[in-house]
Amino acid sequence: MLELKDVSVSYGRIAAVQALSLEVKEGEFVGLVGHNGAGKSTTLMTITGALSPVSGEIVFDGQSIVGMAPDEVLRRGIALVPEGRRIFGRLSVGENIKIGATVRKDRKGVDDDIREMLKRFPVLERYWNTSGAKLSGGEQQQLAIARALVSKPKLLLLDEPTLGLAPLMVDRVFEILEGLHASGTTILLVEQNAARTIEMADRTYVLRTGGRIQFHGTAAELAEIGDFETAYIGMGSA
Amino acid sequence: MIVLASSSTYVQYVMDSVAYGSLFALMALSLSLLFGVMGLMNFAYGELIGIGAYTMFYTERYGWFVMVLATFATVIIGALLMEFVAFRPVRHASPSTLLITSFALSIGLQKFAYMVFPPGSPRTVEPIPWLTNQFQVKGVLFSRLEILTWIVTIVLLVGMVLLLKRTALGVQLRASTEDFRMAQLVGVKANWVISSAFAITGFVAAAVTILYMLNHGDVRPNVGQGPLLIAFVGVVIGGLGSLGGAALGGFTLGVVINILSATLPRSIQGHTLMFAFLLVILMLVFQPNGLMGSIEKLRRKRVAQEVPRVAEEPAS
Repeated sequence: MLELKDVSVSYGRIAAVQALSLEVKEGEFVGLVGHNGAGKSTTLMTITGALSPVSGEIVFDGQSIVGMAPDEVLRRGIALVPEGRRIFGRLSVGENIKIGATVRKDRKGVDDDIREMLKRFPVLERYWNTSGAKLSGGEQQQLAIARALVSKPKLLLLDEPTLGLAPLMVDRVFEILEGLHASGTTILLVEQNAARTIEMADRTYVLRTGGRIQFHGTAAELAEIGDFETAYIGMGSA
Repeated sequence: MIVLASSSTYVQYVMDSVAYGSLFALMALSLSLLFGVMGLMNFAYGELIGIGAYTMFYTERYGWFVMVLATFATVIIGALLMEFVAFRPVRHASPSTLLITSFALSIGLQKFAYMVFPPGSPRTVEPIPWLTNQFQVKGVLFSRLEILTWIVTIVLLVGMVLLLKRTALGVQLRASTEDFRMAQLVGVKANWVISSAFAITGFVAAAVTILYMLNHGDVRPNVGQGPLLIAFVGVVIGGLGSLGGAALGGFTLGVVINILSATLPRSIQGHTLMFAFLLVILMLVFQPNGLMGSIEKLRRKRVAQEVPRVAEEPAS
């Protein structure tokens, strides 16, 4: 479904991602973990079209999406739940959800999906007319996920969805992701919480600083790598 | 010697000031919209008023309807061309580049206007007597133009609020003013939303031009510079990035200027703007976030006192 081939991204002279290659197949839950500054968020922003790679190829559903504007990438079926949630604080919860469906033309389908979304996230129905800024962190995260889902994406990208949340809400977010995966949504998850991500994902890529893949595999395969556990499993899982 | 004004004089001040302030509320609102959407403080906005003023001068002989229609058309097209030719190529540049571009565009258009319309014979938009002639009600002088200014301002402000609150484009504009990159990531088309913001700016600028020129008449290449400066300062005192704040700031400053020019002694009336801007500086010293920033602070304080928010509430 999604394939990155030797993708490199730079901020000026600083290389953030170097010759990164990864693949996400339809229906898969893929994790992307690594230390701070490893280039995880940069990778997601590049997939969405918010950043341009200096070299390499990004293919989605058989077509190159390099150089496409973010709205065009979304139209093709890739939605992002960004780091820090970035919900629109001055817009109401309802407006935040509806704006997620901007790329869709089927009004009836949108209404049905919003109803479905409110069943999945009842707290959002309760605060439908409340401005997004007034929600707690966990509620905002649910809003950010709902906003992305209402675009009916083929692939959902999530960037640190549990960052800054209370432990109870972290559990809730992972529960939501599990449910989405079970319902067939293809997911690429960037997380600091490596242990939980590896445990939940079908496959996980581990990035090292400078945006290169260090390890890659299923939870069982990664467990077999000698220095992997010491270097990564503990990080961010506290 | 202190001269006590009669109550009708005060009412007169208020009526004139409201009409005068309304124009700046509209200008400040459209400046703020562009600032919010693309981080651009468009100093070439004054030239839109210039384009409108020359259009009015050259079309008034065909009647007021043609003049109004032509002014709206040329100013909106001018605003869209500004975006397409000057600002789109530098859209992703730094705020300072955008600012310099807007200055360059403003000066370039003014110089071009001086070339095409050299100074010499004065050009004026003739007042429309039915609109501009004054009549008296209980000692207070009114003109239909003044009343029209109030109506147009209210209609445009209400229209703008409805557009921003009730339409998909409005929600996209509000989202873009808050976080433009994120708006793109949820599917808002950058070209569409920015062009729409420029078109709205052009529409409002055309309305302001017509009302302003019917009052002032004098057509010059830099005719928009004076009002632009006041509207810009209005945006700043309202609080950059706040649409409601900008309208309030523009309106307040317009009212203050009008009251000062009516009440200052004749010998220093030429320095009205200096006194007005001194007040602005004083206000910003004590309220650096502008009028809306202060209101927002008060509101948050009240909400914090009234509603003890539950920190995390797991959804069922």
